[in-house]
Amino acid sequence: MSAFPISARQLLQQMQSGHLSSVEVVQQTLARVDQTESHIQAFLGIDREGALKAAVDVDRRRASGESLGRLAGIPIAIKDNLCVRGWQTTCASRMLADFSPPYDAHVIERLRAEDAILIGRTNLDEFAMGSSCENSAFQKTHNPWQLDAVPGGSSGGSAAAVGAGMVPLALGSDTGGSIRQPASFCGIVGMKPTYGRISRYGLIAFASSLDQIGPFARNVPDAALLLEVLSGHDRRDSTSVNVPVPDWTKRLDQPWKSLKIGIVPEHFGAGVDEEVAQTVMRAVDLFRMLGATVNEVSLPHAKYGVAAYYIIAPSEASSNLARYDGIHYGHRAAEFSNLVDLYETSRAEGFGDEVKRRIMIGTYALSSGYYDAYYLKALKVRRLIANDFQQAFENVDVILTPTSPTPAYPLGAQVSDPLKMYMDDMYTVPANLAGIPGISVPCGFSSSGLPIGLQLLGPAFEEDRLLKTAYMYEQATDWHTRSPALSTF
Amino acid sequence: MSLSPDDVLKVARLSRLKLTPEELERFGGQLGQILDYVHQLDEIETSAVEPMAHAGALLNVFRADEPAESLDRREALKNAPKADGKYFLVPQILEGA
Repeated sequence: MSAFPISARQLLQQMQSGHLSSVEVVQQTLARVDQTESHIQAFLGIDREGALKAAVDVDRRRASGESLGRLAGIPIAIKDNLCVRGWQTTCASRMLADFSPPYDAHVIERLRAEDAILIGRTNLDEFAMGSSCENSAFQKTHNPWQLDAVPGGSSGGSAAAVGAGMVPLALGSDTGGSIRQPASFCGIVGMKPTYGRISRYGLIAFASSLDQIGPFARNVPDAALLLEVLSGHDRRDSTSVNVPVPDWTKRLDQPWKSLKIGIVPEHFGAGVDEEVAQTVMRAVDLFRMLGATVNEVSLPHAKYGVAAYYIIAPSEASSNLARYDGIHYGHRAAEFSNLVDLYETSRAEGFGDEVKRRIMIGTYALSSGYYDAYYLKALKVRRLIANDFQQAFENVDVILTPTSPTPAYPLGAQVSDPLKMYMDDMYTVPANLAGIPGISVPCGFSSSGLPIGLQLLGPAFEEDRLLKTAYMYEQATDWHTRSPALSTF
Repeated sequence: MSLSPDDVLKVARLSRLKLTPEELERFGGQLGQILDYVHQLDEIETSAVEPMAHAGALLNVFRADEPAESLDRREALKNAPKADGKYFLVPQILEGA
């Protein structure tokens, strides 16, 4: 496609200077969607009418000299587990196929207040449970770099929409890597902020102590801009933390004196794809050339992260998803013999396999006689994992890891082996368990042309460090400017 | 290990999920695999470790108890599988009522 700008900042400049109207931007976006969506299938719903109407409104207000929001006229895609009033919100589940939320999520209010244009809702693994988007009850999303590969997950639709150049920005949620891993698979920037940084009000709950909303973008400054808009205290989420929101976009350029990067030797050994290890190591070398010090750090309990996560997340999920009872909203079975049968049949019909597996694992781990051996044990290991990070950050500013042990794999490759898919999350889950922020940025390609991402982790509420470090890398490389060969579509 | 169909049936009942015999078999194997995997946590000595349920500060958050607007009744009922305009309709649960 043409040289139509793909970065939110460029689009903002061109709209502010009058070179582009908001309506033109939305029309271009929809044209782009029409051109590529049949191949990618990132969206579960597209709000053409609403987007154009909002764009007309932005243009009118700009013409009359009104002051506009920080994202005025910028198209954005929304993961379909965030409540948007007037849309459906399905979580890619038959359970919520007809659910229409009566209110906006906090982050949607924030986007509307900044005059962003909501384009549509994107595909995900059902209830955000999965790492490939293949657990969606409705459709498979394809990786824009190789259509027979997965986009990653669970926020695969949002990552693919940004990766394919349909929209410059998208929202995702990250419970164990669901923003960072698809960002790495699709060659874009994705960030999970500190737990509590962004209100979860209106995010359909999966595992409440781990879920965080975050941005997808084509580059670090765009991600910083969206993060600024989303962050801040909201009393409707009691875990939302009342701390100041820094001007991340303004601080990106401030020089990073004597940056200390930590790497964990095991992250580059067994269990990780060789090309991924080499590519990420080249990024480490580049940081050295840019003046950073690189130290080895030890995270002795990180290797237990996946095991702890797959007790804690399903336990919380089994409780959170108990609300789907076929009474107040969601799917109700047409035929049932009594009240319990109504629950059991509605849930059996409404949920897919992975959701059922996790509900049962969680129920088992929380059940009488097993609670101490599974759930309590996992919570203790969680503490050890968090302590490891705390100690490591006494000696380094950030920790650099591969985002995922492999690049994107072929569609269908892991659907029959849930445990194998859980391993995709080995580098990302520790951050959710510890509540710390993480960002994935593109750092190269595999020999077969699939993107590879590196992950930066920092202490709680130090998103600033991650964004600055990521930006430093981005300015010294051009991975973020690469686009998939969409002309072949 | 593999969970027996009886074990799976018990968990499925607690989870309020109706499973087919084929699912009982399949999930039994998969759940067993996952439980085998998580048992690696037993390698770690944790008797003196404080469990961590949450990454945030676990403080109660209070607000003033003041009346405010709540969800409109029509809005609240609009997603109901069955409603009569005023109430959610549910199957009869009391015999002879």
